[in-house]
Amino acid sequence: MKIVLNGEIRSFGGETLAELLVETGYSGRVATAVNEEFVPSSLRISHILCDGDRVEVVAPMQGG
Amino acid sequence: MKTFYGTALSNPLMLGTAQYPSPAILERAFRESGAAVATVSLRREAGGGQTFWQMIRDLGVRILPNTAGCHNVKEAVTTAHMAREVFDTPWIKLELIGHTDSLQPDVFQLVEAARILSEDGFQVFPYTTDDLIVGERLLAAGCKVLMPWGAPIGSGRGLNNAYALRAMRAEFPDVPLVIDAGIGLPSHAAHAMELGYDAVLLNTAVARAGDPVQMARAMALAIEAGQLAYQADPIEARDMAEPSTPVIGKAFLS
Repeated sequence: MKIVLNGEIRSFGGETLAELLVETGYSGRVATAVNEEFVPSSLRISHILCDGDRVEVVAPMQGG
Repeated sequence: MKTFYGTALSNPLMLGTAQYPSPAILERAFRESGAAVATVSLRREAGGGQTFWQMIRDLGVRILPNTAGCHNVKEAVTTAHMAREVFDTPWIKLELIGHTDSLQPDVFQLVEAARILSEDGFQVFPYTTDDLIVGERLLAAGCKVLMPWGAPIGSGRGLNNAYALRAMRAEFPDVPLVIDAGIGLPSHAAHAMELGYDAVLLNTAVARAGDPVQMARAMALAIEAGQLAYQADPIEARDMAEPSTPVIGKAFLS
Protein backbone atom coordinates (compact mmCIF):
# COMPACT_ATOMS: atom_id res chain seq x y z
CA MET A 1 0.00 0.00 0.00
CA LYS A 2 0.90 3.64 -0.27
CA ILE A 3 1.12 5.82 2.80
CA VAL A 4 2.12 9.45 3.20
CA LEU A 5 4.94 9.69 5.71
CA ASN A 6 5.83 13.21 6.83
CA GLY A 7 4.40 14.54 3.62
CA GLU A 8 6.09 12.08 1.27
CA ILE A 9 4.37 9.19 -0.49
CA ARG A 10 6.02 5.81 0.03
CA SER A 11 5.27 2.13 -0.33
CA PHE A 12 4.77 0.06 2.77
CA GLY A 13 4.61 -3.72 2.86
CA GLY A 14 3.79 -4.17 6.52
CA GLU A 15 0.65 -3.74 8.57
CA THR A 16 1.14 -1.71 11.72
CA LEU A 17 2.45 1.71 12.62
CA ALA A 18 5.14 0.06 14.74
CA GLU A 19 6.34 -1.91 11.68
CA LEU A 20 6.47 1.28 9.62
CA LEU A 21 8.72 2.95 12.19
CA VAL A 22 11.06 -0.03 12.18
CA GLU A 23 11.11 -0.19 8.39
CA THR A 24 11.87 3.53 8.06
CA GLY A 25 14.48 3.55 10.81
CA TYR A 26 12.77 5.83 13.29
CA SER A 27 13.81 5.21 16.87
CA GLY A 28 14.36 7.09 20.10
CA ARG A 29 12.08 9.88 21.20
CA VAL A 30 9.44 10.32 18.54
CA ALA A 31 5.70 10.85 18.62
CA THR A 32 3.24 9.73 15.99
CA ALA A 33 -0.04 10.81 14.50
CA VAL A 34 -2.12 9.08 11.84
CA ASN A 35 -4.60 11.12 9.81
CA GLU A 36 -4.12 14.02 12.20
CA GLU A 37 -4.93 11.93 15.28
CA PHE A 38 -2.33 11.29 17.98
CA VAL A 39 -1.34 7.63 18.31
CA PRO A 40 0.38 6.94 21.66
CA SER A 41 3.52 4.84 21.49
CA SER A 42 1.80 2.02 23.37
CA LEU A 43 -0.78 1.69 20.60
CA ARG A 44 1.60 1.70 17.62
CA ILE A 45 1.96 -2.07 17.71
CA SER A 46 -1.78 -2.56 17.30
CA HIS A 47 -2.49 0.36 14.99
CA ILE A 48 -3.20 -1.07 11.53
CA LEU A 49 -2.38 1.27 8.69
CA CYS A 50 -4.58 1.62 5.62
CA ASP A 51 -3.80 2.64 2.06
CA GLY A 52 -3.53 6.42 1.83
CA ASP A 53 -3.01 7.00 5.56
CA ARG A 54 -1.14 10.14 6.47
CA VAL A 55 1.50 9.44 9.11
CA GLU A 56 3.43 12.09 10.98
CA VAL A 57 6.57 11.26 12.98
CA VAL A 58 7.93 14.13 15.03
CA ALA A 59 10.93 14.52 17.29
CA PRO A 60 12.40 17.08 19.72
CA MET A 61 13.47 20.28 18.02
CA GLN A 62 14.63 23.75 18.94
CA GLY A 63 11.82 26.09 19.87
CA GLY A 64 10.97 29.42 21.42
CA MET B 1 7.14 33.21 45.75
CA LYS B 2 4.63 31.97 43.22
CA THR B 3 5.00 28.54 41.75
CA PHE B 4 4.30 27.29 38.26
CA TYR B 5 1.88 24.42 38.76
CA GLY B 6 3.60 23.68 42.07
CA THR B 7 7.13 24.07 40.75
CA ALA B 8 9.25 26.87 42.19
CA LEU B 9 11.81 28.12 39.70
CA SER B 10 15.33 28.95 40.83
CA ASN B 11 15.53 31.69 38.22
CA PRO B 12 12.73 33.69 36.56
CA LEU B 13 14.26 33.42 33.10
CA MET B 14 12.68 31.03 30.63
CA LEU B 15 14.91 30.73 27.59
CA GLY B 16 14.14 29.49 24.12
CA THR B 17 16.40 27.03 22.32
CA ALA B 18 15.97 28.17 18.70
CA GLN B 19 18.15 30.20 16.35
CA TYR B 20 21.52 29.91 18.13
CA PRO B 21 24.64 29.89 15.95
CA SER B 22 25.58 26.44 17.30
CA PRO B 23 24.53 23.88 19.93
CA ALA B 24 27.66 24.74 21.93
CA ILE B 25 26.66 28.40 22.11
CA LEU B 26 23.14 27.42 23.10
CA GLU B 27 24.53 25.35 25.94
CA ARG B 28 26.84 28.12 27.14
CA ALA B 29 24.02 30.67 26.97
CA PHE B 30 21.95 28.49 29.26
CA ARG B 31 24.78 27.96 31.73
CA GLU B 32 25.68 31.65 31.73
CA SER B 33 22.10 32.82 32.25
CA GLY B 34 21.06 30.27 34.85
CA ALA B 35 17.73 29.95 33.04
CA ALA B 36 15.51 27.43 34.80
CA VAL B 37 13.25 26.55 31.89
CA ALA B 38 13.96 25.70 28.26
CA THR B 39 11.29 25.96 25.60
CA VAL B 40 11.37 23.35 22.85
CA SER B 41 9.21 22.20 19.96
CA LEU B 42 8.32 19.17 17.90
CA ARG B 43 9.03 18.92 14.23
CA ARG B 44 9.13 16.17 11.64
CA GLU B 45 12.10 13.97 12.42
CA ALA B 46 14.78 14.63 9.83
CA GLY B 47 17.79 13.61 11.86
CA GLY B 48 19.20 15.54 14.78
CA GLY B 49 16.19 15.26 17.03
CA GLN B 50 17.70 12.67 19.33
CA THR B 51 21.01 14.54 19.66
CA PHE B 52 19.13 17.71 20.50
CA TRP B 53 17.04 15.89 23.08
CA GLN B 54 20.16 14.54 24.77
CA MET B 55 21.71 18.00 24.94
CA ILE B 56 18.57 19.58 26.40
CA ARG B 57 18.32 16.85 29.01
CA ASP B 58 21.90 17.47 30.02
CA LEU B 59 21.10 21.13 30.72
CA GLY B 60 19.16 19.93 33.76
CA VAL B 61 16.38 22.51 33.33
CA ARG B 62 12.61 22.17 33.16
CA ILE B 63 11.33 21.51 29.66
CA LEU B 64 8.45 23.58 28.31
CA PRO B 65 7.33 22.24 24.91
CA ASN B 66 5.38 24.61 22.69
CA THR B 67 2.71 24.30 20.06
CA ALA B 68 4.40 26.89 17.84
CA GLY B 69 2.91 27.29 14.40
CA CYS B 70 -0.46 25.79 15.26
CA HIS B 71 -3.40 27.69 13.83
CA ASN B 72 -6.37 25.70 15.07
CA VAL B 73 -7.55 23.91 18.20
CA LYS B 74 -7.24 20.44 16.76
CA GLU B 75 -3.63 20.66 15.68
CA ALA B 76 -2.66 22.41 18.91
CA VAL B 77 -4.29 19.69 21.01
CA THR B 78 -2.71 16.91 18.93
CA THR B 79 0.69 18.60 19.14
CA ALA B 80 0.31 18.92 22.91
CA HIS B 81 -0.38 15.20 23.21
CA MET B 82 2.67 14.37 21.13
CA ALA B 83 4.78 16.77 23.20
CA ARG B 84 3.61 15.24 26.47
CA GLU B 85 4.72 11.83 25.32
CA VAL B 86 8.05 12.87 23.81
CA PHE B 87 9.14 15.24 26.55
CA ASP B 88 7.48 13.38 29.40
CA THR B 89 5.96 16.50 30.96
CA PRO B 90 2.43 17.82 31.45
CA TRP B 91 3.70 21.35 30.81
CA ILE B 92 2.68 22.87 27.49
CA LYS B 93 3.26 26.37 26.14
CA LEU B 94 0.03 26.76 24.24
CA GLU B 95 0.43 28.90 21.13
CA LEU B 96 -2.48 29.35 18.77
CA ILE B 97 -1.43 31.74 16.09
CA GLY B 98 -4.19 33.92 14.68
CA HIS B 99 -2.37 36.41 12.48
CA THR B 100 0.41 35.67 10.02
CA ASP B 101 2.32 38.95 10.28
CA SER B 102 2.00 39.78 13.96
CA LEU B 103 1.77 36.16 15.18
CA GLN B 104 -0.94 37.48 17.45
CA PRO B 105 -2.65 34.67 19.34
CA ASP B 106 -6.15 33.66 18.31
CA VAL B 107 -7.53 34.09 21.79
CA PHE B 108 -10.89 32.47 21.03
CA GLN B 109 -9.32 29.22 19.94
CA LEU B 110 -6.73 29.59 22.70
CA VAL B 111 -9.38 29.49 25.41
CA GLU B 112 -11.04 26.47 23.82
CA ALA B 113 -7.77 24.55 23.48
CA ALA B 114 -6.76 25.50 27.02
CA ARG B 115 -10.03 24.05 28.34
CA ILE B 116 -9.62 20.79 26.45
CA LEU B 117 -6.02 20.35 27.53
CA SER B 118 -6.60 21.33 31.16
CA GLU B 119 -9.39 18.79 31.41
CA ASP B 120 -6.98 16.23 30.03
CA GLY B 121 -4.43 16.85 32.77
CA PHE B 122 -2.12 19.25 30.97
CA GLN B 123 -0.58 22.18 32.81
CA VAL B 124 -1.12 24.93 30.30
CA PHE B 125 1.08 28.00 29.83
CA PRO B 126 -1.02 30.05 27.40
CA TYR B 127 0.67 32.56 25.12
CA THR B 128 -1.94 35.30 25.17
CA THR B 129 -2.46 39.02 24.73
CA ASP B 130 -2.74 41.56 27.54
CA ASP B 131 -6.56 41.43 27.39
CA LEU B 132 -7.96 41.04 30.92
CA ILE B 133 -11.15 39.28 29.90
CA VAL B 134 -9.23 36.71 27.90
CA GLY B 135 -7.06 36.25 30.97
CA GLU B 136 -10.16 35.59 33.07
CA ARG B 137 -11.46 33.08 30.52
CA LEU B 138 -8.14 31.26 30.45
CA LEU B 139 -8.13 30.97 34.23
CA ALA B 140 -11.72 29.72 34.13
CA ALA B 141 -10.64 27.18 31.52
CA GLY B 142 -8.13 25.74 33.98
CA CYS B 143 -4.92 27.69 33.37
CA LYS B 144 -2.94 28.58 36.48
CA VAL B 145 -0.37 30.66 34.63
CA LEU B 146 -0.82 33.46 32.09
CA MET B 147 1.78 34.51 29.54
CA PRO B 148 0.88 37.82 27.91
CA TRP B 149 2.98 39.10 25.05
CA GLY B 150 5.22 42.11 25.50
CA ALA B 151 5.32 42.68 21.74
CA PRO B 152 5.08 40.41 18.68
CA ILE B 153 7.35 37.36 18.69
CA GLY B 154 10.86 38.17 17.54
CA SER B 155 10.16 41.91 17.20
CA GLY B 156 12.42 43.01 20.05
CA ARG B 157 10.19 46.00 20.76
CA GLY B 158 9.93 45.48 24.50
CA LEU B 159 6.70 46.11 26.38
CA ASN B 160 4.40 47.66 23.79
CA ASN B 161 1.64 48.37 26.28
CA ALA B 162 3.07 48.71 29.77
CA TYR B 163 -0.22 50.23 30.92
CA ALA B 164 -2.16 47.08 30.00
CA LEU B 165 0.49 44.81 31.48
CA ARG B 166 0.42 46.77 34.74
CA ALA B 167 -3.35 46.44 34.79
CA MET B 168 -3.01 42.71 34.24
CA ARG B 169 -0.64 42.41 37.18
CA ALA B 170 -3.11 44.32 39.36
CA GLU B 171 -6.08 42.26 38.15
CA PHE B 172 -4.44 38.88 38.83
CA PRO B 173 -2.26 39.43 41.92
CA ASP B 174 -2.06 35.74 42.80
CA VAL B 175 -1.57 34.29 39.32
CA PRO B 176 1.97 33.62 38.06
CA LEU B 177 2.42 35.96 35.11
CA VAL B 178 5.12 35.60 32.47
CA ILE B 179 6.01 38.13 29.79
CA ASP B 180 6.35 35.98 26.70
CA ALA B 181 7.71 37.43 23.46
CA GLY B 182 8.86 40.83 22.28
CA ILE B 183 11.85 41.30 24.56
CA GLY B 184 14.84 42.79 22.74
CA LEU B 185 17.01 44.30 25.43
CA PRO B 186 17.85 43.65 29.06
CA SER B 187 16.07 46.90 29.96
CA HIS B 188 12.84 45.40 28.55
CA ALA B 189 13.24 42.33 30.73
CA ALA B 190 14.02 44.49 33.76
CA HIS B 191 10.90 46.53 33.01
CA ALA B 192 8.75 43.40 33.00
CA MET B 193 10.10 42.36 36.38
CA GLU B 194 9.74 45.88 37.79
CA LEU B 195 6.03 45.65 36.96
CA GLY B 196 5.86 42.62 39.21
CA TYR B 197 5.86 39.89 36.60
CA ASP B 198 7.05 36.53 37.84
CA ALA B 199 9.16 35.46 34.89
CA VAL B 200 10.26 36.45 31.42
CA LEU B 201 10.32 34.11 28.42
CA LEU B 202 12.61 35.13 25.59
CA ASN B 203 14.59 33.59 22.79
CA THR B 204 15.47 35.76 19.79
CA ALA B 205 17.01 38.58 21.86
CA VAL B 206 19.66 36.17 23.11
CA ALA B 207 20.01 33.72 20.24
CA ARG B 208 20.35 36.37 17.52
CA ALA B 209 22.60 38.73 19.47
CA GLY B 210 26.15 39.08 18.18
CA ASP B 211 27.32 37.40 21.38
CA PRO B 212 24.47 35.23 22.64
CA VAL B 213 26.37 34.04 25.71
CA GLN B 214 27.06 37.55 26.94
CA MET B 215 23.51 38.65 26.15
CA ALA B 216 22.18 35.69 28.13
CA ARG B 217 24.18 36.91 31.11
CA ALA B 218 22.95 40.48 30.59
CA MET B 219 19.34 39.29 30.53
CA ALA B 220 19.81 37.29 33.72
CA LEU B 221 21.30 40.29 35.52
CA ALA B 222 18.54 42.59 34.29
CA ILE B 223 15.85 40.17 35.39
CA GLU B 224 17.41 39.87 38.82
CA ALA B 225 17.71 43.66 39.08
CA GLY B 226 14.09 44.16 38.05
CA GLN B 227 12.87 41.54 40.50
CA LEU B 228 14.85 43.05 43.38
CA ALA B 229 13.54 46.50 42.49
CA TYR B 230 9.91 45.33 42.50
CA GLN B 231 10.39 43.67 45.87
CA ALA B 232 12.03 46.84 47.17
CA ASP B 233 8.83 48.85 46.54
CA PRO B 234 9.95 51.62 44.16
CA ILE B 235 8.93 55.24 44.54
CA GLU B 236 6.11 56.71 42.49
CA ALA B 237 7.09 58.92 39.55
CA ARG B 238 6.04 62.56 40.00
CA ASP B 239 5.82 65.56 37.72
CA MET B 240 7.67 68.16 39.77
CA ALA B 241 11.10 68.09 41.36
CA GLU B 242 11.51 67.42 45.03
CA PRO B 243 14.90 68.22 46.60
CA SER B 244 16.63 65.17 47.95
CA THR B 245 19.10 67.17 50.03
CA PRO B 246 17.57 68.65 53.23
CA VAL B 247 16.49 72.27 52.78
CA ILE B 248 16.56 73.09 56.48
CA GLY B 249 19.99 74.15 57.75
CA LYS B 250 21.31 75.43 54.47
CA ALA B 251 23.82 78.25 55.09
CA PHE B 252 22.58 81.69 54.18
CA LEU B 253 25.18 82.80 51.63
CA SER B 254 23.47 85.13 49.20
